[in-house]
Amino acid sequence: MDDLKHQYLTQIANAADEAALEDVRIAALGKKGEISLKMRELGKMSPEERQTAGPALNALKDEINSALAARKMGLADAALDERLKSEWMDVTLPGRGRPAGTIHPISQVTEEVTAIFADMGFAVAEGPQIESDWYNFDALNIPGHHPARAEMDTFYTHRAPGDNRPPHVLRTHTSPVQIRSMEAQGAPIRIICPGRVYRADYDQTHTPMFNQIEGLAIDKDISMANLKWVLEEFFTAFFGTTVKTRFRASHFPFTEPSAEVDVQCSWVDGQVRVGEGDGWLEVLGSGMVHPKVLSAAGVDPDQWQGFAFGMGIDRMAMLKYGIPDLRAFFDSDLRWLRHYGFSALKVPTLHGGI
Amino acid sequence: MKFTLSWLKDHLDTTASVDEITEALTDLGLEVEGVENPGAKLADFTIGKVISAEKHPDADKLRVCQVMTDEGQLQIICGAPNARQGIMVVVAKPGTYVPGIDTTIGVGKIRGIESFGMMCSEREMELSEEHDGIIELASGEVGDRFTDWLAVNDPAKVDPVIEIAITPNRADALGVRGIARDLAARGLGTLKARDVVPVPASFKADLTVSIDADTADGCPVFCGRLIRGVKNGPSPEWLQDILRAIGLRPISFLVDVTNFFTYDRNRPLHVFDVDKMKGNLRVHRARGGEEIVALDDKTYVLQPGMMAISDDEGPESIAGIMGGAATGCTDETVNVFVESAYWDPIQIAMTGRALKINSDARYRFERGIDPAFTPEGLEHAVRMIVDHAGGEASEVIMAGTVPDVSRAFRLDTDRVQSLVGMTIAPDDQRQTLTALGFVLDGDMAQVPSWRPDVQGPADLVEEVARVASLTKLVGKPMPRMTAGVPTAILTGSQVRAGQARRTAAALGYNECVTYTFIDQAAAALFGGGDDATMLENPISADMSHMRPSLLPGLLRAAARNQARGFADLALFEVGHAFHGGEPGEQHLAISGLLIGRTGPKDVHGESRAVDLFDAKADAEAVLAAVGAPAKVQILRGAEGWWHPGRHGRICLGPKKVLGVFGELHPRVLREMEIKGTAVAFTIWPDEVPVAKSKSATRSALASNDLQAVERDFAFVVDERVEALTLINAAAGADKALIADVRVFDEFVGGSLGEGKKSLALTVRLQPVEATLKEAEIEAVSAKIVEKVTKATGGALRG
Repeated sequence: MDDLKHQYLTQIANAADEAALEDVRIAALGKKGEISLKMRELGKMSPEERQTAGPALNALKDEINSALAARKMGLADAALDERLKSEWMDVTLPGRGRPAGTIHPISQVTEEVTAIFADMGFAVAEGPQIESDWYNFDALNIPGHHPARAEMDTFYTHRAPGDNRPPHVLRTHTSPVQIRSMEAQGAPIRIICPGRVYRADYDQTHTPMFNQIEGLAIDKDISMANLKWVLEEFFTAFFGTTVKTRFRASHFPFTEPSAEVDVQCSWVDGQVRVGEGDGWLEVLGSGMVHPKVLSAAGVDPDQWQGFAFGMGIDRMAMLKYGIPDLRAFFDSDLRWLRHYGFSALKVPTLHGGI
Repeated sequence: MKFTLSWLKDHLDTTASVDEITEALTDLGLEVEGVENPGAKLADFTIGKVISAEKHPDADKLRVCQVMTDEGQLQIICGAPNARQGIMVVVAKPGTYVPGIDTTIGVGKIRGIESFGMMCSEREMELSEEHDGIIELASGEVGDRFTDWLAVNDPAKVDPVIEIAITPNRADALGVRGIARDLAARGLGTLKARDVVPVPASFKADLTVSIDADTADGCPVFCGRLIRGVKNGPSPEWLQDILRAIGLRPISFLVDVTNFFTYDRNRPLHVFDVDKMKGNLRVHRARGGEEIVALDDKTYVLQPGMMAISDDEGPESIAGIMGGAATGCTDETVNVFVESAYWDPIQIAMTGRALKINSDARYRFERGIDPAFTPEGLEHAVRMIVDHAGGEASEVIMAGTVPDVSRAFRLDTDRVQSLVGMTIAPDDQRQTLTALGFVLDGDMAQVPSWRPDVQGPADLVEEVARVASLTKLVGKPMPRMTAGVPTAILTGSQVRAGQARRTAAALGYNECVTYTFIDQAAAALFGGGDDATMLENPISADMSHMRPSLLPGLLRAAARNQARGFADLALFEVGHAFHGGEPGEQHLAISGLLIGRTGPKDVHGESRAVDLFDAKADAEAVLAAVGAPAKVQILRGAEGWWHPGRHGRICLGPKKVLGVFGELHPRVLREMEIKGTAVAFTIWPDEVPVAKSKSATRSALASNDLQAVERDFAFVVDERVEALTLINAAAGADKALIADVRVFDEFVGGSLGEGKKSLALTVRLQPVEATLKEAEIEAVSAKIVEKVTKATGGALRG
């Protein structure tokens, strides 16, 4: 029996390929293999003989099988190793192309601003871009002859001859959305109003269309001090660094008192750094909503008070991301879109960072 | 609005520095836009004395001077003819920048002799054009700063000029006195009395002024005085200096006086040359068509209703806006009529706008001057004219009456503090208003006549707040409206727009933001461009119409990028398009545009030209992202800017169109100057039905472990039979068993013959109860063949 074992194990070890190995298997364990035949003879043995020969033969069979399997694996590995030696690719070739699009900075910044104000309970309100002059001006305490109307460089829509209605305007600010929102839902209210606005001005720093975000908070006892806190919280979250603000008295027909708001900044290599240094940069107009505006929107100014503010989204994007030229925002130059755009998956969240 | 520091100090007794003043002005709402300090560039120049001046041994025109300075005795070579012993001079020592020659002085040798500085002329310090010699001072001590000497002896030369922006409400701050009053209220000094002693009347004028009845609402009061025997000519130096300092050109004394009071007291005036007038003056409304040559030498045609001041000859002045050239003052003028009137702001604004005249007078009258000051302003002007130019003044000629603008509002000191969110003591509030000229009677604050902007209690709050200083405001937390985690704030439509945007970007598109207004031709190509969506005053012809679609803007952007050498483009925009010109006639859309190839040519050979199936897949992906149902109809028949045979509308029924995809019409592309073909899609997310269930719970997963079977079929059909017809027919063969039908091959023409094509389908059968037997599969297959051939008139491909 030991001879048999030695004989086959040697043959297995020496098998050069899978075919030789199969020959060994058939010779040993095939239907007419030497070991198979011996096992068949077990039936003819006496119970005593079988007692010793049975287990021995089974053990031999297992051992041969294991050896066969091991050798088979060894041969396969060797063959694989041989094949792999021939398999080589130039891995410096480029990967398969996958298009990568971009989100425009205006969209990105709008979402950033929205995320921050949402946390303070401000909803997002939208409205028509072609507006009646009542919503754009009169309701905001800017009567027809007011110099502020002329200064706004308003676009008017065409009126057919004989149509004597006052022309509509392209909204010069998103404030009409504030009026419409108050009309619809009354007070208390907290909204921001992002969107396109239009003024007939085109030069280095002005485009006839730009994007604005206004905010409105009306309640029983909201004050200008609350406004300052809200804005400082906003700027700090938006720029990712503590930002101080400075309020300066100003005048807008729709707020009283009114303030222009500066953020703390410094200038480094021609770029603005917000939240450091001792310079101030004007970024925003604001104030306490004028009682006439509340009345126009159907909110009782004796019961309710609150603030409103407005700032340029494009301007915020320029400040935060160091984008130099406003006009390029609307030019759709592919190089600009790719350079200043954002990944589709970079959704601004408060928990992940704005 | 510009003024100089010394002009301000003429009204304000203050020791405050320029910095303190500018800081306060900005904080008060009078935003400082710039300060020009002519003394700043002369800060390093000092006074010296020439101890000796000897001829340069090697140059006839140069002198070697020994000059005593604050740094001791210096040797300075000088070429000025007046450089001589004993004179007091202005010295620029080494290191000093000399603006007039744009040079920083260094130590140098001139013809072999060292020189340690320079003695300067006025031109070299940009004080004047004087350059005949170096400055000789009549006074001064060695070592004193030259700017200090100037401040005492020639203050106009170092008078800082401050420019502030005036918000439309602050008409009163268009006069230096109004600015001084604000600063005094802030505590930066005290307002000086500037009363006038009227010139006594020497005669009764033979001139009359009348105001037509229909003009009284536009000109409630008109005052004037005749002055006989004035001697016009250049203004005194001080007047010329301050006018020049604020950018006005001195013309002649009589004209300069009117400009002075315009800026000093926000009191525009006009002076007529009486000898050029015919008859009396009449304030009236134009009939229309009257012509007048104004002081700017331009001819204006008055429109009906505009206010004018006329004599017997016709209009001599466009009331409140600009005087007429014919009766303007010249150096020869000796007899004048000085006008001080009050004009209605709205009427002046409308006339000024219509005639396109931007004058200092219009600017002030349309914002509102102080009506009560009308007679007094006249007296100031007459006094100044008579004092400087002589002559004798008539009695006052007055038409109309000074309008009564008195009004009072209640000051609620608690409300002020509640609105501002700052503690401001009631006494301080009252004191602020008093300092600004309000008269307090109990809680009622009587508004001064020079503040037309104060029209209600809220305006009192603003006055108190700005004087108290908003810079001092301290932020105060604003509590949430409801405690706890904030709820979602975006509307369904807003969420969808955001999902669509990020999906498009993820698909490889670059987001654009293009102008909402486009040129008429482009708008017309996309169903717009009519008068309803036209702007009355576009900024340019290519921004004249509201866009009817996002596609023209994207195509223009694509053409610009093609011109820059970018051939492969994937652009998209999310925004509103306009189907009408009324508020609300706008709709949200998402458009994507593909041009060129899927990517640059690459080693894997995957780059290929984009086609409408790229646009279709992207449209479907964006629709899926906004929650559109998977099962839609694809119909033809979209608008004419799509290729007639290569587009599809994505519909839920024939009337519910969610989007369109396809090739753009070649003619449209040609008009838009696009090279090559372009495919695009537009989705209208608000058309997508909103899910009815608000529940987050998903339906249970129905999965089946039984072996699915796939069978392939190929059918020969007419070329224009749509694949969807085959798919729907096949799927209808056994709705329970057939899980999916896909087209996997299309073959057109060839051996099939003209007008025929073969479409190959894979049908996936998913048994639910028991594994399929061959006979069952055969039965379903036969049914599929039957259904498809019946629906298409085609045949199973043999």
